[in-house]
Amino acid sequence: MIALLFLAAALRISVPYALAAMGSALSERGGVVCIALEGLMLNGALAYTLGAYATNDPWIGIGCALLAGLLTAWLHAEATVRFRADQITTGIGINLLAAGLTRFVLVQVFHSSSNSPRVPGLPPLPIGALARLPGIGDLLASPLVIATIVLVVLVQLLLFRTVFGLRLRAMGERPEAAASLGLSVLRYRFAGVLLCGLLASLGGAWLASEQHSFTDGMTGGRGYIALAAMIVGKWNPMGAAAACLLFGAAEALQITLQGSAFPSEVLQALPYLVTMLALAGFIGRAVAPRADGIPFDPEEH
Amino acid sequence: MSARGGRGAWLLAASPLLAVIAALAAGAVFIAGIGENPLEIYALLFREAFGTGYGLGQTLFRATPLLFTGLAVALAFRAGLFNIGVEGQMYLGGFAAALVGAYVPLPGALAAVAAVLAAGLAGGLWGAIPGVLKARFGAHEVINSIMLNFIAFSLVSWAGHGLFQTATVRTREVAAGATLPRLDTLLPAMRGAPVNASLLIGLVLAVAVALLLFRTRLGYELRALGLNAPAAEYGGIAIGATQALAMGLSGALAGVGGTNFVLGYKHWFELGFTGGAGFMGIAVALLGRNHPFGVLVAALFFGALSYGGLVVNQRVPRELVEVLEALVILFAISARPLLERVSRRWA
Repeated sequence: MIALLFLAAALRISVPYALAAMGSALSERGGVVCIALEGLMLNGALAYTLGAYATNDPWIGIGCALLAGLLTAWLHAEATVRFRADQITTGIGINLLAAGLTRFVLVQVFHSSSNSPRVPGLPPLPIGALARLPGIGDLLASPLVIATIVLVVLVQLLLFRTVFGLRLRAMGERPEAAASLGLSVLRYRFAGVLLCGLLASLGGAWLASEQHSFTDGMTGGRGYIALAAMIVGKWNPMGAAAACLLFGAAEALQITLQGSAFPSEVLQALPYLVTMLALAGFIGRAVAPRADGIPFDPEEH
Repeated sequence: MSARGGRGAWLLAASPLLAVIAALAAGAVFIAGIGENPLEIYALLFREAFGTGYGLGQTLFRATPLLFTGLAVALAFRAGLFNIGVEGQMYLGGFAAALVGAYVPLPGALAAVAAVLAAGLAGGLWGAIPGVLKARFGAHEVINSIMLNFIAFSLVSWAGHGLFQTATVRTREVAAGATLPRLDTLLPAMRGAPVNASLLIGLVLAVAVALLLFRTRLGYELRALGLNAPAAEYGGIAIGATQALAMGLSGALAGVGGTNFVLGYKHWFELGFTGGAGFMGIAVALLGRNHPFGVLVAALFFGALSYGGLVVNQRVPRELVEVLEALVILFAISARPLLERVSRRWA
């Protein structure tokens, strides 16, 4: 029973990580480094809150979050893909922009610099008796949990079993070869970044829906943990999701051990340590796509 | 960038200025959107930031950490390395300065010297880690330095259990000898502004970085590495060692930047004291075009925005300044490739 409760907690915590991590896997497989996950999630969370607040309908909140994610990612893609700006700096810029902008809107709309009023969360799915299962019942009834599990499979299939996925990966490995076949590197890279925006903002919306409000800086570094999970998962959606579950378990353990003598900071730092070990080649080799982070200039080819 | 493209080259050199103008223009839309006059707000902001002795002192105080973090990012960048770990390096530097200042009994100003050196050492060692990992395992310094930021935060929180004053998130006050004096003791016009001797250290280091980069063999090697690593290796430069050294020096600059708050202002370390100055260092280096003197100007600009934003807060939420800062980054980073394309056509 305790194990089940623990697993449920780990799964719940890892939902936003998994969504954002899958997104960045798509973006980076297409050759665009996306460290803007934090900003994408934050904008998604605020947009969800605004939508749900204005209409009292959480599904409109989800729609707003997706739109915000799309717009933010579009900004990222314009800068990095069209103008070939440095991808890491652009990501930092987007994160700073989201931090400032969400605070600005929070003050303007809700007249508070810390949090929004209470907004509705997503309603549970009608799954009948299953919802009464101890420990995991409400988890199974949560629409975004189910959606995330389905998405992990779908995104994995999209990336490795479809023509689109093959071409997207080509843009991250050898864009010049893809371009010589007449494919538009620009279009595919845009697609990768925009899909990343949609997924990451959904992760942000989940946070706001769970908490029934938006609070300043509520993503609290989750975008960076998702980025770490994507690397530990070796740029694969399934691998990234598994790493998210691992990181979620570490966080659940941290909550379980609260108040005990065990230093929670060790668990806090665990995802980052694991990622560094993976990058150094101690836990299998984590190698980025060959052209990841390198802008593609069609005039040079 | 062709030799003939005089107009294009000139445009490129002006790109930081264009980015600032574009960001201010975009900010003006926000200001107008909430019913204020943008020109009036900007005039007020910069008048307050530079117009009075106290305002200037506040601007300089806020520019000081940005000068250090900007120099740190720029130095690494010259060597072809992206140090995003500046935030954590500064954090640990400040923590080390606070501990040495509070617990190592040294006579007089020697205490301050030791505390400043401890800050540089802590930041430098932390910064060297991603450099060594890159040299040894080829691990990307960007991801590692992001990870090390968070590890630094956890490390300090953990160490803080035994060190922080009861029911606070700060360390004991440093000894009087370890504090850095405020500049208003020399310049009464700035009375009340917290600008302190940390700024002077920063100015000396800016000159030192310029000399290092452009007047020494090591600086030449760093820049060669940044411009063309394979050619540098062919030319006999030990790439791994130079990368580790560059990241170490970059981290040391960031670490010393922690003294502005810890030794010059509060006289203790406080959780979260860096408040994003490390990330802003990227903007400062970008706008200063990775030149120490450009970094100085950019730090002053962002320092003025930061203080001026507080002053106009009653009419325009100061969060707008954060939006402006981010817009400057995005415009500056996109302007260069864009202008390069334009100048290529003109040339």
